[in-house]
Amino acid sequence: MSVLVYVESPDGHFKKTGFEVASYASKLAATMNTDAIALVIGKADQAGDLGKYGVSQVIHVNSNDNIGFDSQALSRIIADTAKEVNANVVILTHSSSGKALAGRIAVRMDAGLASGVNALPDVSDGFKVTRSVYSGKAVATVSINTPNKVVSVMGNSISVDASGSAVTPDNKSVSLPATKLQVIEKKVVSGSVPLPEAELVVSAGRGMKGPENWGIIEDLAAALGAATACSRPVSDADWRPHSEHVGQTGIAIRPNLYIAIGISGAIQHLAGVNNSKTIVVINKDPEAPFFKAADYGVVGDLFEVVPRLTEAVKKFKNQ
Amino acid sequence: MDILVCISKTPDTTAKISFKNNDTEYNTDGVNFIMNPYDEWYALVRAIELTEQLGGSVTVLNVGPSSNDIIIRKALAVGGAGAVRIDTDATDSYTVAANIAEYAKSKHYDMIFLGKETIDYNGSEVGAMVAELLDLPFISYAIQMESDGNSSTITREIEGGVEVCKVEGPAVISAAPGLAQQRIPNMKGIMMAKSKPLTVVPAILQDPKVSTVKYQLPPAKSGVKLVDPENMDELVRLLHEEARVI
Ligand SMILES: Cc1cc2nc3c(=O)[nH]c(=O)nc-3n(C[C@H](O)[C@H](O)[C@H](O)COP(=O)(O)OP(=O)(O)OC[C@H]3O[C@@H](n4cnc5c(N)ncnc54)[C@H](O)[C@@H]3O)c2cc1C
Repeated sequence: MSVLVYVESPDGHFKKTGFEVASYASKLAATMNTDAIALVIGKADQAGDLGKYGVSQVIHVNSNDNIGFDSQALSRIIADTAKEVNANVVILTHSSSGKALAGRIAVRMDAGLASGVNALPDVSDGFKVTRSVYSGKAVATVSINTPNKVVSVMGNSISVDASGSAVTPDNKSVSLPATKLQVIEKKVVSGSVPLPEAELVVSAGRGMKGPENWGIIEDLAAALGAATACSRPVSDADWRPHSEHVGQTGIAIRPNLYIAIGISGAIQHLAGVNNSKTIVVINKDPEAPFFKAADYGVVGDLFEVVPRLTEAVKKFKNQ
Repeated sequence: MDILVCISKTPDTTAKISFKNNDTEYNTDGVNFIMNPYDEWYALVRAIELTEQLGGSVTVLNVGPSSNDIIIRKALAVGGAGAVRIDTDATDSYTVAANIAEYAKSKHYDMIFLGKETIDYNGSEVGAMVAELLDLPFISYAIQMESDGNSSTITREIEGGVEVCKVEGPAVISAAPGLAQQRIPNMKGIMMAKSKPLTVVPAILQDPKVSTVKYQLPPAKSGVKLVDPENMDELVRLLHEEARVI
């Protein structure tokens, strides 16, 4: 028995969420008195560094064909590897790729799947783990009842532990199954922080009046090193891209800091953001419902408050 | 192009979230249920648009009890040609996926659509499972899709960007915001929906692989601390020293 963790290496590099799942798998393996083994597929610099996060072995599958992301091919490699190393638990990141893989791997392994979990499981009696449900309005404890288990871990929900040491990866080559899907283009905005992984998020709503005013939001985000987000009417009106839409019908996030600017705080908006550790609300209406969900509030005109906050952040950063 | 669109039923977005039976069950008292928005607004509408453009029809499928017929009729009013309900009060994603796959196997669909997740369980689990059970490619978080009936080009959302991919033949596609614009059914659609076929088929059941043992509400916030709008240095200080987030 062992715990297998698949660590994504988009563009050849690991991300913080990758170190989080490696730490998660290692901590889980420790409570189960077994080993955590990391699996890396495709280009990855310093794959052996994952040893620092507690895994005892790193399997690096090198494939010469650049397949891009195909869940059909990748899930097969992951499930086959799990079988080879006798893993009964597979850990993934709850990312766009992880979500597309988790269900497939669960089917291949005849395993129960707990997706988007936010803590380590309780293995004292079965396998019980918590995850956010009802778009962040509640937390459920789910029990996986099958011998094999697949778990995908929500970003920012486990602390990274890098107290171990690097290992020498075991290189392995596999021939890829024929794929019916061809990735023709990948466009990633470089330099920006992807919203689902961001620790700091600056978000704005209809109070901004129009897309031409977003400069002050981008300035504040740049000063903080934060990602930008928006409310649904803003993306519906094409003021901002749909990928920034947070809330019940957008994406759910749980950053350390969420700054809501000119957003009223409708229940559907709060649903996707109320798991943020700290919420700051800037709104000119003292009755805005968002203040009830906030830790810090500023009642004022955003067009004055936001540039002032950006200056204060810059001053703080320069100290 | 014949398309299968899988829809599910979820509590209304403004529904009160509370639990009963010792916090083991969602309390549905007074709760209004709707079609899961990702299924309705994006998956269903894009599928209908494709059949309008290429011919063929949309079959709507729901795994659920007879109380779900109301949302199935709504999907027919939006533009589905016929519907199937697989009769069970399924609780785990695998049972739902296995039943969808079993039904789809017996027919020929050129494409299977569903929403990127439900707004109650937020699992994003069913689509990938259906794809694996049918050995089909799976393209999740589709925000754009064009097809000539066989070859399809799909843009999917990934962290910090998008990926454009091409797939030949059938695939499973999960729909995200941007894929289509919500369609409100008109009177004619609602009238026609009443006479469209809704077939009920028995479910295949097995022990759930995953079960929910307990629900909890998140801890309430202790109350907002107001900061003088003239004094943003103070807000920065609080975020640094008190909240320790910057
Ligand atoms: C089924 C369904 C699903 C939905 N899903 C989502 C979702 O996922 N995400 C989402 O965000 N919404 C969602 N909504 C919409 C939601 O109900 C609200 O309509 C929306 O969140 C409001 O957006 P807003 O706060 O930007 O705009 P508004 O509600 O118009 O609020 C604007 C705010 O800006 C403030 N303001 C205006 N000018 C200034 C100024 N100069 N300075 C400071 N403050 C100012 C106002 O006081 C007000 O509070 C959904 C709705 C439905 C029915």
